[in-house]
Amino acid sequence: MIFARLFFAFLQIGAFSFGGGYAAMPLIQAQVINQYHWLTMGEFTDLITIAEMTPGPIAINAATFVGNQVAGIPGALIATFGCVLPSCIFVTVLAWLYTRYRNLSIMQGVLESLRPAVVAMIATAGILILVPSFFLNGSISFAAGNFQIRPVIFFAGALFLLRKFKMDPVKVMVLCGAAEVAWESAAKFL
Amino acid sequence: MKNKKETEKRTAEETANKNGVLRKLFFSTLYLSTFTFGGGYVIVTLLKNKFVDELHWIDEDEMLDLVAIAQSSPGAIAVNGAIVVGYKLAGFPGILCSILGAILPPLIILTVISYCYAAFKANFVIQALLKGMRAGVGAVIVSVVYDMGSNVVRQKDPLLLAVMAAAFIANYFFGVNVIYIILLVAALGVVRTLYRERGKDKTI
Repeated sequence: MIFARLFFAFLQIGAFSFGGGYAAMPLIQAQVINQYHWLTMGEFTDLITIAEMTPGPIAINAATFVGNQVAGIPGALIATFGCVLPSCIFVTVLAWLYTRYRNLSIMQGVLESLRPAVVAMIATAGILILVPSFFLNGSISFAAGNFQIRPVIFFAGALFLLRKFKMDPVKVMVLCGAAEVAWESAAKFL
Repeated sequence: MKNKKETEKRTAEETANKNGVLRKLFFSTLYLSTFTFGGGYVIVTLLKNKFVDELHWIDEDEMLDLVAIAQSSPGAIAVNGAIVVGYKLAGFPGILCSILGAILPPLIILTVISYCYAAFKANFVIQALLKGMRAGVGAVIVSVVYDMGSNVVRQKDPLLLAVMAAAFIANYFFGVNVIYIILLVAALGVVRTLYRERGKDKTI
């Protein structure tokens, strides 16, 4: 019974979170806290922090976390399965339509105008990550102590490695992380 | 006899090839998903890097179309992106491989963390690592946006440039949900195509 509930709760989250990421949060909250009381509000806040710190989409992370809390590892698997099932169906149908009808002029027109919009949305995601990294309080202001020079240097270095040496992006990301660890360790122990 | 042998050899090669694609798909999405810190778009940029720039299995315009599909479907964009790339490269088996690759890392990592959350949150090395990685993640996204954006700019189509600017302003400054942006821009594409074709008919 608990497995069926977990499955359907996350099926709903998966089916109605258009726009990804943060759009899923209110849905998760409605299901997991308000309806089934699987987590307290405090635990939910923790979950968001963890989801931000770890790789993986927030909805999948939430499914794993809640599933584990409620019914152990089988619970995590069931909840995750529920969460990705709607994606599988929708995306497969759309991808099939795309491969079948992509040569129609109307489809071409739609895709042609969608491409710049997609670029713009990826750019937004990039800025939303960079601003809180460069500015301590998360808003763009150059007041003393708010603007962080070190992440800007890392950012510039990373961009240089990516563009000039075509370095593997994952390695660039890990290198940035390692550089911060080295810096903070040095500051702490010297 | 000889023919049969050759066909057998060829099908064996094809199977080997297909298995190779599936294996590569699984391990690529697994590797990329392990490093998708900071939201779904990171995996989109990583997928683009891997399958467009490195392996040349998908061309850039098609990648943008696939991202649009991932965007306009409900669910996590990282998972949707993996599914759409898996489908494009290897059909249904591809979907299974890429989805498994995409969800295994968060599944394992979150399971571990849900049992030792306090220690994780307080760990100084993990904190610093994650903080530093953010700058790198930002650089990866900016690099991909530059590549994709300059492709749009090169087309010198004022409407497309306007769409890019307007979508950015709506999304970043006004926080408009991407699904509305996609629907609106898709409608614009339909109108534009109809308008163009009517124009064509008249000149003929």
